Amino acid sequence: MNLEIIIFYIFSLLLLSSSIAVIMVNNPVKSAISLVLSFFSSAVLWLLLNAEFLSIILILVYVGAVMVLFLFVVMMLDINISRTEEGFVKYLPIGIIVFATIAGLLSYFFYNQFDNAGDSIITSIDLIGKDNTKNLGYLLYTEYLLAFEIAAIILLLGIISAITLTHKKSETNKYQNPGDQVNVSKNARLKIISDEDRAR
Amino acid sequence: MNIILTIFYILIDIIIVVLPLFLIVAYTTYSERKIIGFMQSRLGPTRVGPFGFLQPIADVIKLLTKEIIIPSNANKGLFLTAPIIMLVPSLLVWSVIPLSEYFVIANINAGLLFILALTSLSVYGVILAGWASNSKYAFLGSMRSAAQIIAYEIAMGFALVGVLMAAGSLNLQEIILSQRGGIFNWYWLPLLPLFVIYLIAGIAETNRAPFDVSEGESEIVAGFHVEYSGVAFAMFFLAEYMNLILISILVSIMFFGGWLSPFENTFLENYLSWIPGFAWLSIKTLFFIFIFLWLRATLPRYRYDQIMRLGWKIFLPITIIWIFLEGIMIYYKIEPWFIA
Repeated sequence: MNLEIIIFYIFSLLLLSSSIAVIMVNNPVKSAISLVLSFFSSAVLWLLLNAEFLSIILILVYVGAVMVLFLFVVMMLDINISRTEEGFVKYLPIGIIVFATIAGLLSYFFYNQFDNAGDSIITSIDLIGKDNTKNLGYLLYTEYLLAFEIAAIILLLGIISAITLTHKKSETNKYQNPGDQVNVSKNARLKIISDEDRAR
Repeated sequence: MNIILTIFYILIDIIIVVLPLFLIVAYTTYSERKIIGFMQSRLGPTRVGPFGFLQPIADVIKLLTKEIIIPSNANKGLFLTAPIIMLVPSLLVWSVIPLSEYFVIANINAGLLFILALTSLSVYGVILAGWASNSKYAFLGSMRSAAQIIAYEIAMGFALVGVLMAAGSLNLQEIILSQRGGIFNWYWLPLLPLFVIYLIAGIAETNRAPFDVSEGESEIVAGFHVEYSGVAFAMFFLAEYMNLILISILVSIMFFGGWLSPFENTFLENYLSWIPGFAWLSIKTLFFIFIFLWLRATLPRYRYDQIMRLGWKIFLPITIIWIFLEGIMIYYKIEPWFIA
């Protein structure tokens, strides 16, 4: 037994249990934390496959940014816990169908494609050396440049549409104008009354 | 047997880095109190030992022996895990920091990304501490801190993208080696705006003055760790100071040549070659720690909306423009930084 196998078993066990905890725990904050844990353990599993760039990006983007915002929103919500438990039986048939479909597809993939996977997938991206990050960057900016740029534009569209949907200038909102604040002078705020003025 | 030996060597490496680090953290708090004291015409700690030199030890003993009070309506599990989540990433980052030309625990290829990913994790400690203590002050503090950390993380990441473009590598040793050739070959000069932004965003990331709205004592008592006491509080404290030292060491690695001597390619090079790289790195790091303390003693706290404006509307555009300009500099191979 080498160290990698031990790490693999620990983190795959952690991945499975935390993913189950996401749907079984009734406190929404705890279930968001379990999701963070499952992202983290899958990042470790990717690291074992020498995919260091993908695994670190998974932590950086999903754990470090997306889930923080998610947690941010979940904490603000005041969810009635008994009501969230009600839907469990109601949605169970749909859940079973989705589960059966994905499990079927995955087992089909493993039975038919697993022999070809193994080495070939990992070595096929050894283009300019062993460094996974460099190889990935090289591929993205040469062979898959068009797909990469299209993905970037789609993300930009997503950002712009999200901002236009939420950013409505309302009359009740109050804004500070930093330019005015910087340019304010003593005369605009203070009026010096001399003793002579007071005497009158 | 082999596994046990490997784990043993890893443990020794960890102890070599972590034990001195704890000592440095303790004496950073001492020097902070002394330096800020002198800057504000006070004496700082003077009672425990000569010149108050044993004060941090006394503080550690006090914090270790105090009781941990758990608020009755707090979420107990998360309340106790939050300090651990805060501390672990800031300890973990030290595994990839090159402390000299020979010593680094893990010299990994994607070191820069690893640092970015781990520093983005510490926000969970702040958020969970605020939420789990079930207190309004703590919750307000953690909300403020989360928004602030997300805003500045982007500018920080873009500043590091500039370093990555200049060095052409994510490996920290290679980033340092690509800055060889004396003080004007370091990246602070071609990447001056990115260096300034990284320094300021680093202060904001560590929640220190003048960006300490998440624990602004005059507004929300102590912010996210208001309900913590004893060892749990000490862990937040430790994490904060460890992040302070980390940001200082990262600035020296990314923009000030890490363990490189500043006198390369000058007449002093041969006379000073006996100084180990670790000493140069320490001098640079201590200088930046001093700057952080100096800023805390000097500047008043930022207003919250101004922090957000600075992060999103000023720093982010500047970094994007400078990355574009840097691309042009790399294309025309401006000497002496972009030769390759």
